[in-house]
Amino acid sequence: MKPTLAVWKFASCDGCQLTILDLEDDLLALTGAIEISDFREATSAVVEGPYDLSLVEGSITTPHDAERIQEIRRNSKALITIGACATSGGIQALRNFADVDEFTRVVYASPQYISTLATSTPISDHVSVDFELRGCPIDKRQLLELVSAFLIGRKPRIPTTSVCTECKRRGVVCVTVAHGTPCLGPVTQAGCGALCPAYNRGCFGCFGPMESPNTSSLIPLLRRLGRSDTDVERLFSTFNAGSEPFRKAAGHG
Amino acid sequence: MESERSVVIAPEALDDLIGALRRRGFRVLGPTVRDGAIVYDELDSASELPIGVTDRQEPGSYRLEERDDEARFGYAVGPHSWKRFLFPPRITLWRAKAENGGRKIEEEPPNETQLAFIGVRSCELSAIAIQDRVFIGGKFVDRDYAARRDGAFLLAVNCGEPGANCFCASMDAGPRVRDPYDLALTEMLDGEHRFLVEVGSERGADVLAELPSVPASQSDVASALAVTNDAAARMTKAMPQVDLHALLAGSLEHPRWDDVASRCLSCTNCTLVCPTCFCSSVEDTSDLAGVETARERVWDSCFSLDYSYIHGGSIRASSRSRYRQWLTHKLGTWVDQFGTAGCVGCGRCITWCPVGIDITEEVAALSKQEEKSHAATA
Repeated sequence: MKPTLAVWKFASCDGCQLTILDLEDDLLALTGAIEISDFREATSAVVEGPYDLSLVEGSITTPHDAERIQEIRRNSKALITIGACATSGGIQALRNFADVDEFTRVVYASPQYISTLATSTPISDHVSVDFELRGCPIDKRQLLELVSAFLIGRKPRIPTTSVCTECKRRGVVCVTVAHGTPCLGPVTQAGCGALCPAYNRGCFGCFGPMESPNTSSLIPLLRRLGRSDTDVERLFSTFNAGSEPFRKAAGHG
Repeated sequence: MESERSVVIAPEALDDLIGALRRRGFRVLGPTVRDGAIVYDELDSASELPIGVTDRQEPGSYRLEERDDEARFGYAVGPHSWKRFLFPPRITLWRAKAENGGRKIEEEPPNETQLAFIGVRSCELSAIAIQDRVFIGGKFVDRDYAARRDGAFLLAVNCGEPGANCFCASMDAGPRVRDPYDLALTEMLDGEHRFLVEVGSERGADVLAELPSVPASQSDVASALAVTNDAAARMTKAMPQVDLHALLAGSLEHPRWDDVASRCLSCTNCTLVCPTCFCSSVEDTSDLAGVETARERVWDSCFSLDYSYIHGGSIRASSRSRYRQWLTHKLGTWVDQFGTAGCVGCGRCITWCPVGIDITEEVAALSKQEEKSHAATA
């Protein structure tokens, strides 16, 4: 019998789930190797758990979700988080540095109906996680690698080095050194295949901090390249704003 | 210089040269402008060379600029090195397929395309000679490197344009070509734009025979010599002339390592642009069905945590220990291992370090402090 797969959504944009559907030709190979038992983005047909593998997208932002993830963990042999929201809290973790009550009062006509937490937190803050796949969104080659490794029981090849390693292997010319473009590549984890630098753009940090991010050395360089303190704060206040190295680099303490 | 075998060719003959190599079945690789840098890529014709372009380099900075002449090789070195063709970033070593209850293993066939490198600098010839020692010079021969290296045609170019980060003269690796080559050019821009060609092999002579050329005059030979003499004189950077092996061996607890670690990004750029760094890791892949697997070799770096990962964790957990490992190996223990230092003074690690860490400055700082501590104990 094939192992079973469930895909879950929490606070997120669905982009990582769509990456699964975007596997195209490999999607058939995936369904050949694993039984999709619960994946609401793809099908309304649902098979009851427990599941061999759960992929979890999104962060925990409501009391209800904080309970729901416990149930999913109980129903999953292995639980892998997919994407920046699930692994660091996502862009919505900016609420962690602001007043959520004030937000709800400003945005909603009847804020008393809103039940939300003051923070957006990664799944690993709530339950034990077997692997965290980075990215906003995740990279489909990395997802295939991770699921293939899981099925065969080997260590996945998911590097934790900087994006620079991917630029150099691809032969991409460094946008910082050759063009003076500010780039978060040196402090950001590889995985995207150096997508933005390959198109002459600086890295936006979608894959979060690399294994040993030296942001305090990179920040003076960003300043030399013409970025103000506010610009630097904004550079680190995106999809992985909740991760500790980027949170500190942005001055959120 | 073997003036009796030297000839002079016009810039237009470079196109004939590339054509002659292509007709012999070579994959011709050489310098060309792409994305604001002079990179190495496949060349169809000499019009793709960086004509009239130079590079201005500083620690952590590289910019192309227009020259006021039509020089073909009027630049120093760019972000690529020939290592990416001889020791590619990723290769498959072997594949295995599940069959009839067992596994059938197939070794990846070696690369059979003959490579021709256009515009190899003296520092780069030295780097190739060093990687030869690493990959094919010892008891264990790297089969893939050997196949790519074997028969590679080396068209060297004597350097007339050292960059601000070049220090090959102090590493005894340039600017005049010395290591084996097939043909060596010296680009002369005084008076008529022309190239002096020296022959280093029979097949070099064979290729040269197809090009329109005239015998070199004594003044051509003198002009060519002046190009590299002038380049050496204009080189501003130098590796401190100390016993590097002894310096590094005696600097293991030097406070400078903490200083450089505060600046080092551990991004691996220095090692990946270095023409001699050869670290790699071996990774296994498998498909979703678990039927086909492959073993791949991929560029790695001593700056990655995984590289020193053994049972229990990474033995070089701090960037202080990783930078120290890189420099100590490059300039010190490399000699014990391969009989030569691992640095040729090309300056790539200085230029392509985003924060501009300068290997010569780090060595200078280590040696200065060492002098002080010796003075204190004396």
